[in-house]
Amino acid sequence: MAAALFYALSLICIVSSLIMIFHKNTMYSVLFLLVTFFSVAGLYVTLNAQFLAIVHIIVYAGAIMVLFLYVIMFLNMSHIINFQKSKAIKIAATATGLMFLLVIIAALSSATYNGNVTAGHEIGLASTLGHIIFNEFLIPFEVSSILFLSAMVGVVIFNKKDLIDE
Amino acid sequence: MELIIFKVGLIVTLFLLSLLIAAYSTYAERKVAAFMQDRIGPNRAGPMGILQPLADGLKMFMKEEIIPQEANRYLFILGPAISMATALMTSAVIPWGPDLNLFGQTVSLQVADINIGILYVMGVVSLGIYGIMIGGWASNNKYSLLGSIRASTQMISYELAMGMSIVAVIMTTGSLSIGHMVSSQAGSTGMAWNVFYQPLGFIIFLICAFAETNRTPFDLPECETELVGGYHTEYSSMKLGFYLFSEYVNMFISSAIIASLYFGGYNFPFMNIVQENTGEIMFAIICAVVFLIKILFFIFFFMWVRWTIPRFRFDQLMNLGWKILLPLSILNMLITGFFILYNN
Repeated sequence: MAAALFYALSLICIVSSLIMIFHKNTMYSVLFLLVTFFSVAGLYVTLNAQFLAIVHIIVYAGAIMVLFLYVIMFLNMSHIINFQKSKAIKIAATATGLMFLLVIIAALSSATYNGNVTAGHEIGLASTLGHIIFNEFLIPFEVSSILFLSAMVGVVIFNKKDLIDE
Repeated sequence: MELIIFKVGLIVTLFLLSLLIAAYSTYAERKVAAFMQDRIGPNRAGPMGILQPLADGLKMFMKEEIIPQEANRYLFILGPAISMATALMTSAVIPWGPDLNLFGQTVSLQVADINIGILYVMGVVSLGIYGIMIGGWASNNKYSLLGSIRASTQMISYELAMGMSIVAVIMTTGSLSIGHMVSSQAGSTGMAWNVFYQPLGFIIFLICAFAETNRTPFDLPECETELVGGYHTEYSSMKLGFYLFSEYVNMFISSAIIASLYFGGYNFPFMNIVQENTGEIMFAIICAVVFLIKILFFIFFFMWVRWTIPRFRFDQLMNLGWKILLPLSILNMLITGFFILYNN
């Protein structure tokens, strides 16, 4: 049952992410990215990580993708775009992609397989996560929050550039 | 097996109840409006116009269905479907009464007592916006597009303050489960309601609930004086009906969330005396009825505000959300944290 669910969710995830990349209409790309997020959230639930699943949906599906849609609607990017690239760029892109594939294969071939790992029952619950973040990883967590804050301040400053010059 | 039948029964009951209350909310809204404007209101279908929602529903089904030629067909149909589905999904985590002992085990009067209940509600509510955005965009109409853009900005702005005011409640309860939040408000006499401990948080949450359900004074996405009909300008027949109906279902669910987060859910004063003198099933029914009365009061409150306060302007809406409600909700959270530390 769990295995069937895993394969079904993975299939949906992979297929919808491929459609997301190859669809010419940006609106559909966003909607298929949403489907991908939902299947990933489903995978979290099968690992007993309900908290992560719902946070994933709230943050990505509920907030970030709404902003994506917002921008697409505003800029009217919905019409189909045909990219015309020169041959040199196409060749360079193919070479880069193949090189990246090589790196991944090299990394995977040196990895060792340790058999099945069973996830603990409490691994993704809010309380477990809170204990880990605020005891073991308190300093990295706080540092990353300062990083986010500085990014936000940076965006505001970029937007107010005209005001600073005056 | 019995548990599954019980839960399926609960789901069907909740589904029918949501639709029934939403249908009669449309009737109640027109009656309340009529009362406030010194009119009679609908009085033709049945005694006191009591069959008006049925007549309206029938009318919606019989109307011609129009899909604009330049509209995106699939997304045009998907929009109202998402709106309705997300509106109906939220009621799964709301507790309707105390735990029961049935079939030799403890059964909670709640479809799913998941330990992240309140986050589930936030997640589903934040998905509801897709129905409006997709429908408005797919209509291929500038008024619809403006309406759905307004809806998305409004939702994102008010979700933050709403989440912050919920955080304060989570801090006092120490749990993300709505069932736990409600049962912790029982106190000794059933009056330890969060509204007495979180008055500021309650007001912020209430204002945000108006914005999240797109109700006046925050109904800018469908502002008829500027945008014809907002995001549902191009819709007709039952698809329009779904949009209008999902708003009333959302109102019902928001009222239920307000009642269970701040007004003790199914708890009522002197409930311990009632519990001693009645049977278990009877007590659960009384609790559910009390909860329903609280919900109906808040639905009335939504209508009361609609016919009292005029609509905000869009920049006023943004200012209120970002410059007043968000700082206030953070302040509320800090004060709550301070009191928790001080009491320890």
